[in-house]
Amino acid sequence: MKIIVLVKYVPDIEAGYQFNSARRLDRGGDGLLNQLDEYPLEQARRLAEQFGAEVVALTLGPDEAEEAVRRALQMGADSGVHVCDAAVEGSDALATALILAAAIRRLGGADLILCGAGSADATTSLIPVQLAARLQIPALTGAASLTVQDGAVEIRRDLDAWSLQLAAPLPALVSVNDKTGEPAYPSAKAVMLARKKPVESLDLADIGVDPAAVGAGGAKVEVASITPAPARAGGQILDSESDDVVAAFVALLQANALI
Amino acid sequence: MSDILTLLDDPAREAERLAFAGAIGRPVGVRLAGGPELAARPGTVAAALATLAVERDAAAVLLPQGLFGAEVAALLALRLGAAAITDVVAIDPDLTATKPIMAGTAFSRARVTGGLAIFTVQPGLEAPPLAEPAEVVELAPPAAAAGEDRVAVLGLTPRAASGGRPDLLSAEIIVSAGRGTGGDLGPVEQLADALGAAVGASRAAVDAGWVDPSLQVGQTGKTVSPRLYVAAGISGAIQHQAGMRGAGLIVAVNEDPEAPIFEIADLGIVGDLGEVLPAAAAAVRAL
Ligand SMILES: Cc1cc2nc3c(=O)[nH]c(=O)nc-3n(C[C@H](O)[C@H](O)[C@H](O)COP(=O)(O)OP(=O)(O)OC[C@H]3O[C@@H](n4cnc5c(N)ncnc54)[C@H](O)[C@@H]3O)c2cc1C
Ligand SMILES: Cc1cc2nc3c(=O)[nH]c(=O)nc-3n(C[C@H](O)[C@H](O)[C@H](O)COP(=O)(O)OP(=O)(O)OC[C@H]3O[C@@H](n4cnc5c(N)ncnc54)[C@H](O)[C@@H]3O)c2cc1C
Repeated sequence: MKIIVLVKYVPDIEAGYQFNSARRLDRGGDGLLNQLDEYPLEQARRLAEQFGAEVVALTLGPDEAEEAVRRALQMGADSGVHVCDAAVEGSDALATALILAAAIRRLGGADLILCGAGSADATTSLIPVQLAARLQIPALTGAASLTVQDGAVEIRRDLDAWSLQLAAPLPALVSVNDKTGEPAYPSAKAVMLARKKPVESLDLADIGVDPAAVGAGGAKVEVASITPAPARAGGQILDSESDDVVAAFVALLQANALI
Repeated sequence: MSDILTLLDDPAREAERLAFAGAIGRPVGVRLAGGPELAARPGTVAAALATLAVERDAAAVLLPQGLFGAEVAALLALRLGAAAITDVVAIDPDLTATKPIMAGTAFSRARVTGGLAIFTVQPGLEAPPLAEPAEVVELAPPAAAAGEDRVAVLGLTPRAASGGRPDLLSAEIIVSAGRGTGGDLGPVEQLADALGAAVGASRAAVDAGWVDPSLQVGQTGKTVSPRLYVAAGISGAIQHQAGMRGAGLIVAVNEDPEAPIFEIADLGIVGDLGEVLPAAAAAVRAL
């Protein structure tokens, strides 16, 4: 069995981030593997233990995005693929899925393609189903649990009022959420072994994608402006030992006509 | 005025969705036959909407925020070579949309250039009521779209109900429980019931099995915007803040004065929630 796990390199939002003059995220700053992509990596690791599967981590992103692949290798992936090309900058979701689909075809496809539930920076969740549709394979998304058996994959998808049990024959794409089980922290040995694992670099020409179809030129979403969220000034801090905190709470309710 | 198609998947939100559509064009509601298993058929829903959007030369399609809406948006965009903008909180008459990005720490304004504009829209947004009732189209979903015909629905199990409390997304007040409750939801529920509030939770409280996952607030839970959010025993991780920093007022109860939640709280109470919440509930009931 071959599994491709899609991993995205995202800025460390807590460490701060910047948008450039073209209103595009400056991807050169402090970044890391999208945390929600650790969950599909963990599922891949468990499936590899169970079936002896080969796990390939695939990312599309700037030079620095190799860090996300390196982390994926520490977390159990056997090899990495980094698609990197200056023409990609400014791509919308449609173009991103187009490139990822071409890369997966070039890698000869997989029995199972695993994605995270969303990226920390854009969090559109548009990619997984667009990718599956382009590859013409079934998509099972929002998995809270996942099992593979007899050439088929089965998941549980939780809605507010219902749980769905869904299944599809392989090859299939599955996006998994953060209820599938906490990722195991890589051991020192795993970190060391990861240094020797191969990472292949590909550009758009390698995977047969026309640069004009992607990037800012091909994007159908045009960003007009980006502004910081209105700062929430920290307000009054009281101590229940010394202040009448209940009176302050009731006063706040009354002043805002909440009761 | 061009048609703005809006998917009506929740009877409780039909008026709100149509009013929101009415503020940017001619609102047309679309109801689809089908049960919860439709969640696994976004491509089938997208196919039905694509036909209608083309027939009517619609300017925009509005879909509900969340995974299902995003997937319909994604597949509709793919089908029509259009583009989708997710999680929007406002749309101008020229269809420029505002949405929170980077875990809610910034907002972007973006426009779809050329062709149909597809949006997923947060629930609970205000818009002036419609002067006359909107047209509503009832659609029978077409046969399963390619790929989805290979997805089998093996089971459908109802999940626990919220115990008669208000819905998280419509509630004016939410009292949320964190790991600091230690699993005793009593104080949080007492205050919620005194205030007629909904109960929410951090991921830590959900993962511990204390609270139903449908009540999780944050990056991988719900985005809420009540008038008042009370965070009890919640440290205020950025992933939690992503779901609640849009609240009108924030009150935090936490024994650790250094907890990051205090940086965004309008009223911060340093103390034991097991004492503060019941006392606050009693004071509210006595009013
Ligand atoms: C702040 C911001 C807002 C944006 N808003 C929009 C928008 O509304 N509409 C739009 O069309 N585009 C938008 N974009 C562009 C879009 O983010 C990119 O095309 C992006 O690469 C894919 O979308 P996502 O990150 O939202 O992925 P999601 O669909 O949220 O990601 C789901 C999963 O897909 C996989 N994945 C996603 N991207 C990659 C990648 N580059 N390499 C490997 N695996 C990946 C991961 O497994 C991830 O967990 C936005 C970009 C930014 C920075
Ligand atoms: C990819 C990803 C997605 C995530 N998505 C979400 C999400 O959607 N929602 C979410 O909430 N989290 C999310 N998280 C988890 C998040 O990072 C935090 O771990 C989580 O929010 C912590 O929950 P907490 O504040 O309840 O627990 P803690 O951080 O452990 O905080 C507990 C707090 O309770 C206080 N406390 C203890 N006892 C008392 C007492 N008796 N009285 C008063 N205060 C007390 C402590 O001082 C502490 O501040 C996500 C994480 C990742 C990596």
